[in-house]
Amino acid sequence: MFTAAAIAVLVAMGLALVRAFAGPTLYDRILAVNVFGTKTVLLIAIAGFLTGRPEFLDIVMVYALMNFIAGIGILRFFEYASAKEATSQNQIKEH
Amino acid sequence: MEATIHMIILSMLLAVAIAIVRIKDLFAVVMLAGIYGLLSATFFVLMDAMDVAFTEAAVGAGISTLLMLTALSMTGRYASTGSSYKPLLALGLVVFTGAMLIFGTTDLPSIGDPQSPVNTHVGYDYLATTPEDIDIPNVVAAVLASYRGFDTFGEVVVIFTAGIGVLALLMRTPLNTSAVASMRDHVVLRVVAKMLIPLILLFGLYVQFHGEYGPGGGFQAGVIFASAFFLYAMLFGLGAARKVINMTLVRLLSALGVLIYGSVGLVSMLNGHNFLDYNALAANPIDGQHYGIILVELGVGITVASVMIIIFFTFSSRSQNEGDSD
Amino acid sequence: MLTHYLSWGLLVLGGFLCVSGAIGLLRFPDFFTRMHAASVTDTLAAGMIMCGLMLQAPSWIVFAKLVMILVFILLTAPTSGHALAKAALHSGMKPLLPDSKHAQGGL
Repeated sequence: MFTAAAIAVLVAMGLALVRAFAGPTLYDRILAVNVFGTKTVLLIAIAGFLTGRPEFLDIVMVYALMNFIAGIGILRFFEYASAKEATSQNQIKEH
Repeated sequence: MEATIHMIILSMLLAVAIAIVRIKDLFAVVMLAGIYGLLSATFFVLMDAMDVAFTEAAVGAGISTLLMLTALSMTGRYASTGSSYKPLLALGLVVFTGAMLIFGTTDLPSIGDPQSPVNTHVGYDYLATTPEDIDIPNVVAAVLASYRGFDTFGEVVVIFTAGIGVLALLMRTPLNTSAVASMRDHVVLRVVAKMLIPLILLFGLYVQFHGEYGPGGGFQAGVIFASAFFLYAMLFGLGAARKVINMTLVRLLSALGVLIYGSVGLVSMLNGHNFLDYNALAANPIDGQHYGIILVELGVGITVASVMIIIFFTFSSRSQNEGDSD
Repeated sequence: MLTHYLSWGLLVLGGFLCVSGAIGLLRFPDFFTRMHAASVTDTLAAGMIMCGLMLQAPSWIVFAKLVMILVFILLTAPTSGHALAKAALHSGMKPLLPDSKHAQGGL
């Protein structure tokens, strides 16, 4: 039963990776990376029960945390880049 | 069954690595590097290496993505294309060296071989003597902090040197407090972050002090602790984050961690034993080992957290200065 | 015995939701529809798999850790989905409406 769920999560991870490679826009790729991260969290949790060592739920917690923080970092990068583009375009218009 | 999962993950690693080399959009490369980090963490979990997986998940998949994104905001987003420089001689040399290395690995003992040096020399001794000498369940923490404590001291000094290097190279202008991108209209994110940040700090403390009983320890706890400050700085702006935590204090703390580590060793020496011999710290040697490991891990955690905060704040303020001076 | 079957059912259902969400991620025509498929099924599948694992937890501390991870995922997965959709909308990406041409703006 754990192996069935683990295989399902692995298949989902592979499909998300396909979308990450082939996404036409950048936001598709970010979405695919987010999905990939959450699926990895689930995979490690299931793998912990599969191998009979549920002590590494700490790793699951850390990875969920890092997934969230990296996602926020990516979005902040975008806001900063678009704000920089907007101000440089304003400067070009002024001159 | 296990072999199939290992092969699937390794082939995903290979696909991601090839994509990192071939894609010209550096932003996609940074995200793929994050995926590479977390695939490695999963692989380490499947190989039963918990502390390494913990550190890889914290550093390789989270913090290095953030730092590379901050560096990317200072440079261009696309790698230059169409270079006609084809270094065939260098490629041949690299392929030849790689082939020699792969040929060399056929001589190594296979995983789990009971006669390999890993399992017959000090590795086996550490596993056998940890319950008597140190009496903590996590053998990795015992080896890292006590048996090989001098190597860990070197690692902490390396991290401290990295922090000094970043400060020396990048802290050119006085850090201003203008907040260019403070995400002021992201109310949902701010509320959720305010709920999460105390819990993240508490989790960092848990990982720090629980490192003797499960996966964890100073390095991982320092990274988790720093990530709470990163979250605050990203969502509320660098100026607000600098009001929360003073940069002078952070710089002092980074040196304080190394000082704590060295002082533990010096106290052992002053009591007549060797450097970093924890048996000298208390009347009962096992209690001495426990005190020594807790203090040493605390020093590591303090230094790692403050150096990460220094690096992130220096990178961010530098990229804001570059943006403002356009 | 009942908890065993219940947890088995929850795990299978969670796995099925994972795969169906990933298939939706691949096959839907537009970014916003893909985001809807991905984030909704992601959170629900995570909830189901965690509940299924909770019923099999060998000790109280494992149960408590699973509860904490579930609460964390429930808080952060919808939030990052919301933040991503908001960023895409602000950067000019338009949703695919039945009466407009397929417009994909943004970066």
